[in-house]
Amino acid sequence: MSQASPKAVFGALKTKPRFKVGDTVRVDQRAALGHCRTPWYLRGKPGVVVAIHGAYHDPERLAYHRPGLPEQVLYKVRFRQQDLWPRYQGLETDRLEADIYEYWLGEPKEKSR
Amino acid sequence: MMAAVQRPGPNAMTTPERQTLKRDGGKGRAVHDVGGLEFGAIDRSEHDLALWEKRTDAILILLVGPKKGAFKIDAMRRVIEDYGQQDYDRTEYYEKWIRAVRNLIVEQEIVTAKEIDERMAEVAKRHVKAGRKVSKAKIAW
Repeated sequence: MSQASPKAVFGALKTKPRFKVGDTVRVDQRAALGHCRTPWYLRGKPGVVVAIHGAYHDPERLAYHRPGLPEQVLYKVRFRQQDLWPRYQGLETDRLEADIYEYWLGEPKEKSR
Repeated sequence: MMAAVQRPGPNAMTTPERQTLKRDGGKGRAVHDVGGLEFGAIDRSEHDLALWEKRTDAILILLVGPKKGAFKIDAMRRVIEDYGQQDYDRTEYYEKWIRAVRNLIVEQEIVTAKEIDERMAEVAKRHVKAGRKVSKAKIAW
């Protein structure tokens, strides 16, 4: 998270994270209006939380000159490459990690917002 | 916007052979969000930065810095991601930047579009007077 707001103190969590390390999550399958840091190829895909980076001002709001509050918890989520690409030829053990904000994540069976 | 002095080669403002690439996405896939699509090999060649590119970088750093705080880098990304597909694919890195910076300083009411246009015309005139070639190309708002 190289572009965190200077006000965001690394690791300082005022809000309790909804997920913990080891939880299985699913990225929302939905479109986004405006600025969004969740790549298209991850939408709707299952992954596992491997780290909690902290809470940061919300980039989707900062993009419109808003204060970016409430702060959003940012997770590092690990995906199986085979879950992401339909014709994936690599090893079954290949993984991809991406930083995803909490409001893009749900329980595996939860409906996307 | 860029009434820049025309330069051939890698620093030219627009590369005409650039193609608009097909997006095999769905509804709601933003123009920049192309991860996983087949666009061929990535061009990894490097070139020296032109003066206008270095200046673009400096202008952005000053504008987003704590002293000025004109906008956040996220706003810059939003403006670039809002480009039409053709504009997005056919402009280079710093072209995207300078257009976004221009649009954002107008959006934030730091300068007006009219002031920018007038100033650009003034600069172009100066170059013409000095016998330099000036591109007629305008970067859309």
